[in-house]
Amino acid sequence: MNRDVLVIGGGIAGIQASLDLAEMGFKVHLVERLPSIGGKMAQLDKTFPTNDCAL
Amino acid sequence: MQEHTEKAMKSHNPEVRVGVFVCHCGSNIAGYLDCPALTEYAATLPGVVYVKNNLYTCSEAGIAEIKSAIQERGLTRVVVASCSPRTHMPLFKSACAEAGLNPYLFEMANIRDQCSWVHMQEKEMAQEKAMDLIRMAVAKATFLEPQQDIEASVVRNALVIGGGVAGLSAAIAMADMGINVVLVEREAELGGLLRRVNRIAPRGDSAAERIQELVKEAAGRANLRILLRSEVTAVSGVIGNYEVTVREAEGTERQELVGCIVVATGAVPFRPEGLFGYNGETVITQIELEEKFRAGTLNARSVVMIQCVGARSPERAYCSRICCLTAVKNALAIKETIPDAHVHILYRDIQMYGMENEKLLWDARGKGVRFDVYDVDRPPVVRHGVVEVYQPLLGEVEEVPCDLVVLSTPLVAPEGATALANLMRIATDQNNFFMEAHAKLRPLDFATDGIFLCGTARYPATVAEAQAQGLGAASRVGTVLFKEKLVTSALVSQVTERCDGCGYCIELCPYGALSLEEYEKDGVMRRRARSDKILCKGCGLCAATCPKGGVVVLGFTRKQLEAQVDAALEAV
Ligand SMILES: Cc1cc2nc3c(=O)[nH]c(=O)nc-3n(C[C@H](O)[C@H](O)[C@H](O)COP(=O)(O)OP(=O)(O)OC[C@H]3O[C@@H](n4cnc5c(N)ncnc54)[C@H](O)[C@@H]3O)c2cc1C
Repeated sequence: MNRDVLVIGGGIAGIQASLDLAEMGFKVHLVERLPSIGGKMAQLDKTFPTNDCAL
Repeated sequence: MQEHTEKAMKSHNPEVRVGVFVCHCGSNIAGYLDCPALTEYAATLPGVVYVKNNLYTCSEAGIAEIKSAIQERGLTRVVVASCSPRTHMPLFKSACAEAGLNPYLFEMANIRDQCSWVHMQEKEMAQEKAMDLIRMAVAKATFLEPQQDIEASVVRNALVIGGGVAGLSAAIAMADMGINVVLVEREAELGGLLRRVNRIAPRGDSAAERIQELVKEAAGRANLRILLRSEVTAVSGVIGNYEVTVREAEGTERQELVGCIVVATGAVPFRPEGLFGYNGETVITQIELEEKFRAGTLNARSVVMIQCVGARSPERAYCSRICCLTAVKNALAIKETIPDAHVHILYRDIQMYGMENEKLLWDARGKGVRFDVYDVDRPPVVRHGVVEVYQPLLGEVEEVPCDLVVLSTPLVAPEGATALANLMRIATDQNNFFMEAHAKLRPLDFATDGIFLCGTARYPATVAEAQAQGLGAASRVGTVLFKEKLVTSALVSQVTERCDGCGYCIELCPYGALSLEEYEKDGVMRRRARSDKILCKGCGLCAATCPKGGVVVLGFTRKQLEAQVDAALEAV
């Protein structure tokens, strides 16, 4: 069985899933159709309710 | 493209051969600072034998240059003047290690986030500040010492506290991942709150069946042990190696050694004693109504439900999230059981978030369930056989006849939550719910490493949410337990000869990493602090508090900081 994992979408959910899988020792391929990852979150300035910088 | 200068050794210590790499970060730094001039300046600093300008020091080419300079120029210290150590320190450190230099001999000057980015309008002063930052980093680098990462073993076992839907989901998932799991439940049965719920909105599945399925799945896992009528009474140790004492039904205590802990102790419905005439018979709570459905004993023609009872009030400011869904679900269920029954819901705001939930609300309206807003300052009054509601639009009090009043009360933290939190040194909020490390970035982690959180133990949640959190917590555990060993930074506290055991630092430590120990010296018993290298996060509170230099944080020793401060003051 091939043990690599494909994650489609590089927003906050996709990135976190990829990071956790990589921490567990899996090789992860993260595919995002835009030139950079980050998704919606990267376009926000501060996010509620803690109001810290989304970047 | 860049020229580099080999400088005569100025340092008193011939061992110290510093290389400084100044990063342009594209235009992020070079757009505001004169990087070639900074590089030239770095070459004049004591101990510096090599300097280099990079377009991006973190690029493959930049990393290769660090490595070759270490090997070819015999660098024994590396300083990168670029961005934040939070993001790039690990990369540069591993470049050092790959080239054979101890990674703790690396230092960073943040001339981007703390200089070019914040001083875009004052370029000249920014240039001077960048020079100061580089000079300080080089001065500190001179006094850096090699360290070894701390390595600790990992026990591939996990403990789950609480056997509701969240805890069961986490336990089953971890067992399937190959982790040995022990689940501790204080009641005689698994299932948690769902044991009292009738049907699960929005889909309407039977709660009893859902629980049965989960319990059956759990029972079928050879590497999942379930301890009923048991409670955790003591927790010690650290991530990878927690020693947990569990008191079992018969009162016997057993020890469990686990690498991680999942807290899934849920929440309980608030009992509205003294509110709206609550009596448990004609005035009941939603969970009691659920029990009536399960027992088939519901017998009412006319029902009034009152929302937000004991919630969104000064004592309990939060919204319990599930009560609107529950009320609408139960209103529909009453209509289904007794079609000509009248149901009237008195509410403040309806929160039916999500696509399926909103549809339930419209179904209920379609079936003739009546909804009325009540005024918080003039709440409904429950009398015998009637509820008086003030109608703000009419300015009149309406009397709604009823034979059953159902109060929607919030989920609150269960008994013993604070005691459990204290056992594990984890945080709770003002309502005694457990509190995660970061609401957005680490929603399932506690600030204490190796302890995770799921389900309504954090805040009121639906079954789907509690289950998703359980599965999430299981994979968070996986990120720890699938490692062969835990590697942590050596930059932690160290007790020195000067410690006299006064104990000032011990209470202050937010991680419980310091304790007092006795030892014998010259035939006399003495006391001193002891630091647990895994628990310690290197925050430095202890070192800053100790008046005697009895405890230091490696990488931030007095000598290193003094060198940095002296270098900063040189410009003045
Ligand atoms: C009236 C009502 C109706 C509801 N209807 C719905 C619905 O229709 N749809 C929906 O999605 N959700 C509904 N919910 C919410 C649902 O009940 C919860 O989402 C779910 O029960 C949360 O599961 P949990 O595992 O997080 O917590 P719980 O179910 O509370 O389980 C926690 C478990 O931990 C145990 N425990 C506590 N402390 C300790 C300790 N110190 N040591 C050991 N064990 C401990 C408890 O005994 C319990 O078994 C309803 C809730 C109520 C009150």
